[in-house]
Amino acid sequence: MNELIKKAVALLESDSVQVIIGYAEGTGTRTRAIFITRTADCENLIFDSRCVQNLAVYLTKSEIKKLGKPAIVAPIPVLRSILQLAVENQITENDLVVLGITPQSELVDFESFAAIEAFLSTHQIVIEEKYQETIREIKAMPVTERFAYWVKELEPCFKCYACRAACPLCYCTRCTVDNNQPQWISVASHPLGNLEWHIMRAMHLAGRCTDCEACYNACPMSIPIHLLTKNMLQDVTENFGTYGPSLDKLNTLSSFKPDDKESFIR
Amino acid sequence: MQTENYLIRKPSLEKLFNNLIGSGKTIFAPKAKGKLALFDNVKAYGEITEDYIVTANSAKSVVFPRTEKLFSYHKSKEKTEITDAANSSFPEVILWGTRPCDAAAFIPLTDTFNGDYKDIIFNSRREKVLLLSFSCNKSDDYCFCTSVNSGPGNTSGSDVLFTKLPGGDYLAEVMTPKGQLLVRESIDLFEPKPEEDKDRNLAVVANRFNQKEIQAKLQNLFENPVWDDKSRACLGCGSCAYVCPVCSCFDIQDEAHGNKGTHLRCWDSCGFGLFTLHTSGHNPRETQSARWRQRILHKFLYIPNKSKIAGCVGCGRCSRSCPADINILETLTSL
Repeated sequence: MNELIKKAVALLESDSVQVIIGYAEGTGTRTRAIFITRTADCENLIFDSRCVQNLAVYLTKSEIKKLGKPAIVAPIPVLRSILQLAVENQITENDLVVLGITPQSELVDFESFAAIEAFLSTHQIVIEEKYQETIREIKAMPVTERFAYWVKELEPCFKCYACRAACPLCYCTRCTVDNNQPQWISVASHPLGNLEWHIMRAMHLAGRCTDCEACYNACPMSIPIHLLTKNMLQDVTENFGTYGPSLDKLNTLSSFKPDDKESFIR
Repeated sequence: MQTENYLIRKPSLEKLFNNLIGSGKTIFAPKAKGKLALFDNVKAYGEITEDYIVTANSAKSVVFPRTEKLFSYHKSKEKTEITDAANSSFPEVILWGTRPCDAAAFIPLTDTFNGDYKDIIFNSRREKVLLLSFSCNKSDDYCFCTSVNSGPGNTSGSDVLFTKLPGGDYLAEVMTPKGQLLVRESIDLFEPKPEEDKDRNLAVVANRFNQKEIQAKLQNLFENPVWDDKSRACLGCGSCAYVCPVCSCFDIQDEAHGNKGTHLRCWDSCGFGLFTLHTSGHNPRETQSARWRQRILHKFLYIPNKSKIAGCVGCGRCSRSCPADINILETLTSL
């Protein structure tokens, strides 16, 4: 990744950006996010198949924003999140440099969010067959069995909210679950509280989630919560057409059209 | 009491488990889940995994459940009836397969719930727990028990500590009257103690820092760039606190349904911004670095100042589970 390092050095030297958000070696075989403000540290930048954390999550964190204008190392999942954040007016083109990385590990420059969208149109979200099969199996269960399945799967959840914290699209400074006047969602992680939280999380991401799996990767208990968002993604695709962030389109489930085909909404 | 040592052969260990299950005991033990091992309720010996360094979750929930009902109430026109959970009877629980660090964690955890206020519910649960620990014969780079006065064969907190010997039999060190009682009930399974040296069968965990030195340094480190440096990638979740066997912060919640309701104690974490947010909107710990500093200071300065022992047992769970690879050992060794 010499090219990436060279580019990062050039961006910092020219003061085009003040911080590079990228990947570095972590503990053991892990990698971790790195926030580089000095050219001498750019040599720590790496990119390989272990770099799966979605760095787009840091673009909206106040601690990182304070460091100045960022350049961000962005493989496909990060690019998708950047585009969705742009759709939701959370980031602007002028405040960010995107160091795109293709599936072949080549560095690619993006002049605009539109260019990211054009690039992503050739890299559509695909739900892997193994997940499609699991989702089919769960959907085929009778209601009581399906309910029992989720109660059991969600049982280890202790509400550390790592799923929320790792998700680039969970950027609210105050989440509904943190409100206590009134309290909408139970704070307790008993079976009902866990169901409420995970259903709410999945529904809030329906039509927005870009299937990066950051939530699942962050879960310390390995709960398959990504099955919920993958299912929502499939449902949205089936009911509303092509899926994926797009600058010209509004979010599927949070937009209103006077000529909606459903009569209840009019 | 004087420690009693025995040999227990591999097949006898399974029989011991079956005796306990047969007598109606609730057993929590490590169960495999994908790449993880989790403490979970087990009914059969075959469900237990031996392939783990430590479980991903800690064992603290048997004495400090993530959601604990403190009392419930029922209002009617005439009166309000309150049912205090402290009066309930708590189940006898056997923890099978705790590591020495897990067992050691019960000491600071018990201290916390026995300060100015003696927590009846916690203590009632604690009395009913039997800790059957297993020494570590492997470790990883996240382990640092030896730096916090523990070790891979440490007996503190355990009722019985089993150490696997070459050939698959176990040394059983019986540490407490509760452990003695267990042995007496299945005495035919225990044989005279083996000649084999215990220490040769333990994992090697290198000493990484001096706890007293860390404590002394932390006295004057409240304002220091290290907190920012080491926590910059922090996502602000509560994973580190929730997998920690010593962390004991909680939040009180009321769940009301018409005339009925419950008063609950739920886990909380200093990693959350909401943890210190005032009603005025002011937050004395405004950034993740201030929250990370609090976590370190609490464990390595405040708790040791108060009760002489660290609020950390070096299990490494927080570092292993951190989605941003923030490593507690790395912070401590760079102070």
